[in-house]
Amino acid sequence: MPQVQRSAPIHDVVVIGSGAGGGTVTKVLADMGVKVTLIEAGPMLNPAKDYKEHMWPYQVPHRGAGEDGGQYFGKGYPFGYFLAPNGYWDVPGEPFTTGDGSKFRWFRSRITGGRTNHYGRISLRFADYDFAPYSRDGLGTDWPITYDEMSPYYDKVESFIGVTGSKEGIRSAPDGIFQTCPPPRVHEVLTQKACQKLNIPCIPSRLSIITKATNGRAPCHYCGQCGRGCVTASNYSSSQVQIFPAMKTGRVTMINNAMARELITDSSGKVVAVSYIDKDTRTEKQIRCRSVVLAASACESARLLLNSKSPRHPNGLSNGSGVVGRYLTDSVGYGMGAKIPALEGMKIHDNDGMGGMHVYVPWWEWDKPNKDFPRGYHIEIGGGYGMPGVGQFHGVCRSAEGYGQSLKDAIKKDYGVYVGLAGRGEQIPNPDTYCDIDPNVVDQFGIPVLRFHFKWTDNELKQVDHMEKTFRAILETMGGKPGPRPGRADGKISVGGEIIHELGVVRMGNDPASSALNKYCQSHEVKNLFVADAAPFVSNPDKNPTLTICALAWRTAEYLAEEMRKGNV
Amino acid sequence: MSETFSRRNVLVTIASAAAAAASVSEAEAQHVHEAMADDSAKSTGPYKPKAFTEHETKTLRALCETIVPGASQGGAFEYIDLLCSHNDELKTTYTGGIGWLDRKMESRVGTTWVDAKPAEQKAMLDIIAYRMNSDAYGPGVRFFDWARKMTVDAYYTSAAGIKDLGEKGNGGMSEFKTPPDAIEYALKRSGLG
Repeated sequence: MPQVQRSAPIHDVVVIGSGAGGGTVTKVLADMGVKVTLIEAGPMLNPAKDYKEHMWPYQVPHRGAGEDGGQYFGKGYPFGYFLAPNGYWDVPGEPFTTGDGSKFRWFRSRITGGRTNHYGRISLRFADYDFAPYSRDGLGTDWPITYDEMSPYYDKVESFIGVTGSKEGIRSAPDGIFQTCPPPRVHEVLTQKACQKLNIPCIPSRLSIITKATNGRAPCHYCGQCGRGCVTASNYSSSQVQIFPAMKTGRVTMINNAMARELITDSSGKVVAVSYIDKDTRTEKQIRCRSVVLAASACESARLLLNSKSPRHPNGLSNGSGVVGRYLTDSVGYGMGAKIPALEGMKIHDNDGMGGMHVYVPWWEWDKPNKDFPRGYHIEIGGGYGMPGVGQFHGVCRSAEGYGQSLKDAIKKDYGVYVGLAGRGEQIPNPDTYCDIDPNVVDQFGIPVLRFHFKWTDNELKQVDHMEKTFRAILETMGGKPGPRPGRADGKISVGGEIIHELGVVRMGNDPASSALNKYCQSHEVKNLFVADAAPFVSNPDKNPTLTICALAWRTAEYLAEEMRKGNV
Repeated sequence: MSETFSRRNVLVTIASAAAAAASVSEAEAQHVHEAMADDSAKSTGPYKPKAFTEHETKTLRALCETIVPGASQGGAFEYIDLLCSHNDELKTTYTGGIGWLDRKMESRVGTTWVDAKPAEQKAMLDIIAYRMNSDAYGPGVRFFDWARKMTVDAYYTSAAGIKDLGEKGNGGMSEFKTPPDAIEYALKRSGLG
């Protein structure tokens, strides 16, 4: 184990990772007068340089396909060239492995702000019953906290970052503090009408996009390109909304290109230093600390704990219970689309709007006892016009064939007439789905890598059957004719990790024998160690995790500051 | 960012941000203008192909323009040329495809495709533009499929193609509205109104 330099300065709080969790902790602590050292494995973000907002495809010679045409060979930029610095499915030099028979994809971002620079901005509160899943249906485990305990923190986050929405009074989708959501686009009006016929709610979107000036940020200018990163910071990214302002307080020191390797503990069992690789020099460095907050993304946080072994902590840090790496889940993903003939020939107009849907379908059968699968899902809606991209018309090329004016006519007729529905559902933790350290593989820095084991069960597969029936009904009600889908087998449900909602691997709980963290996301075993990403989550409801990451991190940061004030940490 | 905002300020911000984005990649932008026949490249002198011979260039330019009238304005040839210059597999698809096409034409009409009469050119394309002819004309159908989808990509991502398509976005708005007549049109046609 590396020697800790006793003479080095001691940092009050070291936060590892600058995404939704790390950004929130940094902002809250800095506001409370606490000094924070924020370390991030990637470079500093420069929105003016790194964001490609408003750029036309012809402003780059390869139009987004990659100079080597990678997109034509399935090797393009993840989610497209024009998206915000958006990370990788395969980070060069930083592999991971999968266990026998498991498929898993792991999306990582290495930049200030992490995945919040480009994410979908969907901001859904968990429902009251989501915090007590075991009590409700006997599956999974209850959270050590309730909705009522979380609600004030959802309030704080929504007020600060700004979230659109409307008061609906639907139990599966609790109302929050909302800004006005812009009206629906044409295909969204059709979707709403179809849902109405089918007795399915379809309500204004809850997105972390501001529609009025908020905390010095300009309101949305409706260019529809949130995924590229917003130069006016009109959507939430931890980089622009939390970290940059927090840095202005003078209480935040940011260290970039710093890949955390290990947490170092002393004989009392407390973390005394963070060891990291300075990527610029490929040398190991250490910073001493009074406390540390892991927010490296759920699986990276688990990896760091598992790699922080010592005689006192032979299973890794905060892992006396053996739960670190266990209870991994991702969202269930399934999609279906269809051409909607009613949209053909409509006068083309600017329907950019917010980057993302203006309406969505919250889970509506939460009180139905006789379903053949537990829990539920929500539906995301895509469609409309937008800046064309490479590959967009390959489908028409295939169906229309030919060339010349007839091909152009077919493309024009096809433009903007599709509606896509995507389901995002809850996976129940299962014993075959977890991550551990691969005993044989290290990354380019010599850090042992994660090995993923992943299995969907009937709980999820039956949910996908329900999605399929529902999506078909909605699309057909709109006049669409979705094509036949393959039977239930590989390929219908998403690959584990693919929805990028992987979480739960350092879970919280009241019992130290079955959880790694207490109800404040503080380690049961290491009192100056906290986790503030999605690793503490006890379940993975159908609601996208980011808003809850922020709310939980806010609560953790307040608790940490108070414990520091009391001299307990 | 300033603490107070008017709508006008926002739009100014957007405009300057767009300008900033362009100025950051100024060197690259220069290259773009050179590489693309799209808007103003004609004034920067003749384009030098990176991947193709003179004959291949002439053939591909004509083919692209036939597949999508206006494709040359959309920089289709330059786009394919750039990508092929960085990808040998893709380049082989094109050089091989053109070679196949020329041999086929020579055996049919005694000349390469680009030098054939328009009716002769068309007769061949009317075969290879359809999958149903794959059995007898497999390499040609496969080649045409590549040329078609890449020409379409290039054209509809160009300024000329986007205008032709009718896309109205990427301008920003101070308030989002959906035109009521568009809603009415779609609702009526869908039977959901």
